[in-house]
Amino acid sequence: MAQLREVETTVDELKHLFSERAQTGETMILNMGPQHPSTHGVLRLLLELDGETVVHAIPDIGFLHTGIEKNMEAKTYLKALVMTDRLDYLNNIGNNLTYCMAIEKLMEVKVPERAQIIRVLMAELQRIASHLVWLGTHAIDLASMSVLLYCFRDRERIMDIFEMVSGQRMMTSYIRPGGVWRDVPDGWIAVVKEFLDYLPTTLGTYESLLTDNPIFKQRTQGIGYIGAQDAIAWGMSGPSIRGSGVNYDVRRAMPYCGYETYEFDVPLETGGDVYARFRCRMREFHESLRICRQTVERLEKTKGPFITNDRKVAPPPRSELATSMESLIHHFKLWTEGFSAPKGEVYAATESPRGELGVYLSGDGGPKPHRVHFRCPSFSNLQPLDYLAEGHLVADLVAIIGSVDIVLGDVDR
Amino acid sequence: MTHIAKTVAALRKKFPDAVQEVIEFRGETTVVVDAASLVAVCLFLRDDADLNYNYLADLAGIDYYPDEPRFAVSYIVYAMTVNARFRLKVFISGDEPEVPTVTGVWPTANWYEREVYDMFGITFTGHPDLRRLLMPADWVGHPHRKDYPLGYEEVQFSFNWREVDARKPYAKE
Repeated sequence: MAQLREVETTVDELKHLFSERAQTGETMILNMGPQHPSTHGVLRLLLELDGETVVHAIPDIGFLHTGIEKNMEAKTYLKALVMTDRLDYLNNIGNNLTYCMAIEKLMEVKVPERAQIIRVLMAELQRIASHLVWLGTHAIDLASMSVLLYCFRDRERIMDIFEMVSGQRMMTSYIRPGGVWRDVPDGWIAVVKEFLDYLPTTLGTYESLLTDNPIFKQRTQGIGYIGAQDAIAWGMSGPSIRGSGVNYDVRRAMPYCGYETYEFDVPLETGGDVYARFRCRMREFHESLRICRQTVERLEKTKGPFITNDRKVAPPPRSELATSMESLIHHFKLWTEGFSAPKGEVYAATESPRGELGVYLSGDGGPKPHRVHFRCPSFSNLQPLDYLAEGHLVADLVAIIGSVDIVLGDVDR
Repeated sequence: MTHIAKTVAALRKKFPDAVQEVIEFRGETTVVVDAASLVAVCLFLRDDADLNYNYLADLAGIDYYPDEPRFAVSYIVYAMTVNARFRLKVFISGDEPEVPTVTGVWPTANWYEREVYDMFGITFTGHPDLRRLLMPADWVGHPHRKDYPLGYEEVQFSFNWREVDARKPYAKE
């Protein structure tokens, strides 16, 4: 099975990545990572440096490759769901959601309205949590320690909200095909409301610490520029492309879960540099809060089931098992064999905190997916790093990596 | 007439031989094209002023083992200005699978194609940097093929620790 090639990789295989000057020793090749605090995970960069100026920055990825797509092919649709949590570990809800949306599309399952509202609320809370981690790590990369601590303090409150609703802080697997796992517990909405009132008060602090901070501005303005046309060609998405003035947000372009019924703006910046991407995300906090407030309002008004009544997809309530033979059979079938999806292929996409997260799902009529492929936003956003970093200093490289907000679990899968 | 219907009609008109099949499923359109004219089709999709598919959203390899043609590559192309998305698909035979690269059309295809090469062993002819992407450079085999077994960790007990350890693939002194 797993064997290693006897010949080792030679330098010749990598020669074409660097400039001619590297051959003569005029420029230096330096390894950055894979164990480096500012590469946000296990990312290895091959840097070609002229003094302290970056000539080329070649990302070498795959250190966190866990074969999730391959593993999912060996599991039933339901069991494969838990693996999606582990992809982008700052967007667990979003991964669940996208995968479930693909299954629902493939099997033509209708999702009840209350479930859709909970989904939107959870997805937006997840976006805030993810942006908080991004803000903290981005700031610490640029030598602002305190912001990291504040951000993680706030994120912890969202983790508590997730724990209340699903029993887990991070790997929630809360969103299931056809709806969500459970209805929200009593008193949960009050906690969410409290958080929604609390966050704007601290966001102002971060803005005042960074947005108008001259040192922060010097480190970010004009760094890592990418124009609109190039950003599109390189397949960037999310705040990284909106920072270049391209108005592309999946929530707007191809609405899902009823996003078209919510009022929100898509923040756009035209700078195309690190600072523009930073501003974009900072403004997204407020838009997400806006959506959250609307969902909370609707959630209080909307009653009804939280998961579809289609017993072929969603398990029956536990209480029915003792009284109904049918329910018992459905329960047994779902947790042993699983449900079968028809033959065919679908693509479902959502707007993750990092950009367009897509799932290509192909069924073959059996209970296991024939092929699952994730179109991960970090993967596409990391790709133009060589382009972004060229001509900048090594210290700026750190700012650039932070500004495209990569999660290595998302890149490597 | 939707933009996608318009696209399909334009493709059929411009490439009558290359378009092999058009599949409608769950509101999504899949156009199966001939591998030989893939690049021409993609350039046409991107550069035609009416179509304007400037964004490659996704590229994935699929293994239909043991069927023949065994492999397929699926491209999801997106027209940002008109907000339309559809799938291009290319089927490739199992022995010596080869597809022309589309890195010249959309640079983002670079890593996606490297990943497909790494995972399925499909060669993208003309690719500027076709190396393994996710697996180590000295890996043998293409893990995402259906005939490649799923890895597992053999459980070691005290009575057979050494025996199992000797079979494990990690580096030994």
